Amino acid sequence: MKLVTAIVKPFKLDDVKDALKAAGVQGITITEVQGFGRQRGHTEVYRGAEYTIDFVPKVKLEILVEDAAAAAVAECIVEAARTGKIGDGKVWIVPVEHVQRIRTGEAGSDAL
Amino acid sequence: MGALTPWDTGQLVDGDVAWVLASAALVLFMTPGLAFFYGGMVRAKNVLTMLMQNFFSLGLVSVLWVMIAYSLAFGGNGRFLGNLDFAWMRNPLVAPIGLEALTIPPMLYMAYQLMFAIITPALITGAIADRMKFSAWVWFLGLWLVLVYSPVAHWVFAPSGWLFRVGALDFAGGTVVHINAGIAALAVVLVIGKRRGWPGHPMLPHSLPLTLLGTGILWFGWFGFNAGSSLAANGLAVQAFVNTNLAAAAAMLGWLVIERIKTGHATTLGAASGAVAGLVAITPCAGFVGGMAPVYIGLIAGVVCYLAVSLKFRFGYDDALDVVGVHLVGGLAGSLLLGLFADKAVNELGRDGVFQGGGLGLLADQALAAGVTLVYAFVVTFALAWVLNKVIPGGIRVSEEEEASGLDVGQHSETGYQLVER
Repeated sequence: MKLVTAIVKPFKLDDVKDALKAAGVQGITITEVQGFGRQRGHTEVYRGAEYTIDFVPKVKLEILVEDAAAAAVAECIVEAARTGKIGDGKVWIVPVEHVQRIRTGEAGSDAL
Repeated sequence: MGALTPWDTGQLVDGDVAWVLASAALVLFMTPGLAFFYGGMVRAKNVLTMLMQNFFSLGLVSVLWVMIAYSLAFGGNGRFLGNLDFAWMRNPLVAPIGLEALTIPPMLYMAYQLMFAIITPALITGAIADRMKFSAWVWFLGLWLVLVYSPVAHWVFAPSGWLFRVGALDFAGGTVVHINAGIAALAVVLVIGKRRGWPGHPMLPHSLPLTLLGTGILWFGWFGFNAGSSLAANGLAVQAFVNTNLAAAAAMLGWLVIERIKTGHATTLGAASGAVAGLVAITPCAGFVGGMAPVYIGLIAGVVCYLAVSLKFRFGYDDALDVVGVHLVGGLAGSLLLGLFADKAVNELGRDGVFQGGGLGLLADQALAAGVTLVYAFVVTFALAWVLNKVIPGGIRVSEEEEASGLDVGQHSETGYQLVER
């Protein structure tokens, strides 16, 4: 099993969710996060003084999938989240050692 | 007591009593307004501390006012300080000397003046935001009221006071309220020091919506502050009402224009700050100017105060929410501009300024009143804060750890926002 993790622009979340549902993904976990990449932060102005805000709001998605589906799910997110402008985010895939459904105790692929 | 009541002899005017009663309530509402104006600008971990410092003034000052502070401001016939004639609510039916012709009950005058005494020290809280112990604020508030506010109010507002006799004009508190609190704010800041991390670490407003709400309440209440200061329901009150609104409006425009030119943006905090700067500047002038003068005064105040808020970065004093830049500079601008724009045709008890052919006499007297207030309030406030810092165990400032974790939990054992149920 793999864990697909993606950081996307918050306003793209609905598009990504719809695309993943259409692609047959069963569950998604999202978190509101802050961070910066090459986009860096932005500036705000209060009473004439400029302040640099390093961390920009983003949404993090986490999706557990079968090994074979990981690449397609990642590609699905890339397509849905892309605006072509700097700050679109990232997607990465890591292997998962063990997954278990808490209600039934099922493990591995059965738990997905 | 009968001999002491001119108020049942037909001297009371119903409309005047009604308007000043309403005005007193309007001015009271300004202090919660100020609390939210400031509260929105601090960080979320310190919002209750800011609200509490302001709300607490409603409590402590109300009681100290009738115990002694009102009497020190308005009792007797002295030039430099009142006496104890009105202390402990004595002689409630007697008007202050020189104000016997008022058509409102003396007790209403006392209550109306109380509202000014409540908000004036509360203005200082913006400068010392995020770092003063509540206990230190309690002592400072009470002692500042008696040692600074009462004497200065006596000099300027009481007909027996020496600056009143000189002929300096202050319709609703440019000197007594704004210059006084503004310079006091600077003095306390110099004693208590900078917030840790200032100015390198951004300390951004946690809720500008609260700040705009507070601004709206202040603007609304300011009609009581200025138009109420005519102490009668008459044409002068109407003139002051219109002047107040125009100055706030013009100052908002002035601030936004220069802000847009210099930073490329017109901000909500700029609109709020500009409006307050205009309200501050028109306060001494409200009942002494007419025509388009309030628009000019407002525009000048908006621009000047915008430029003044950057002084703290140049000189390195951490006036957290710009009490100096807005209230001291706005108060000075209004008090001095009155020397130019004052028009006796508006108020026969006033004087003519430079533009009305009155020469430099009024301007000189305005500068004298402002200068004396600056020196007195700075020296006494600095001394008061310095002594409190020595006397209070651990000083007037919270610990470094508490400053980082937030004063709301540290000082009051509460948090402002329960965004996640715990």
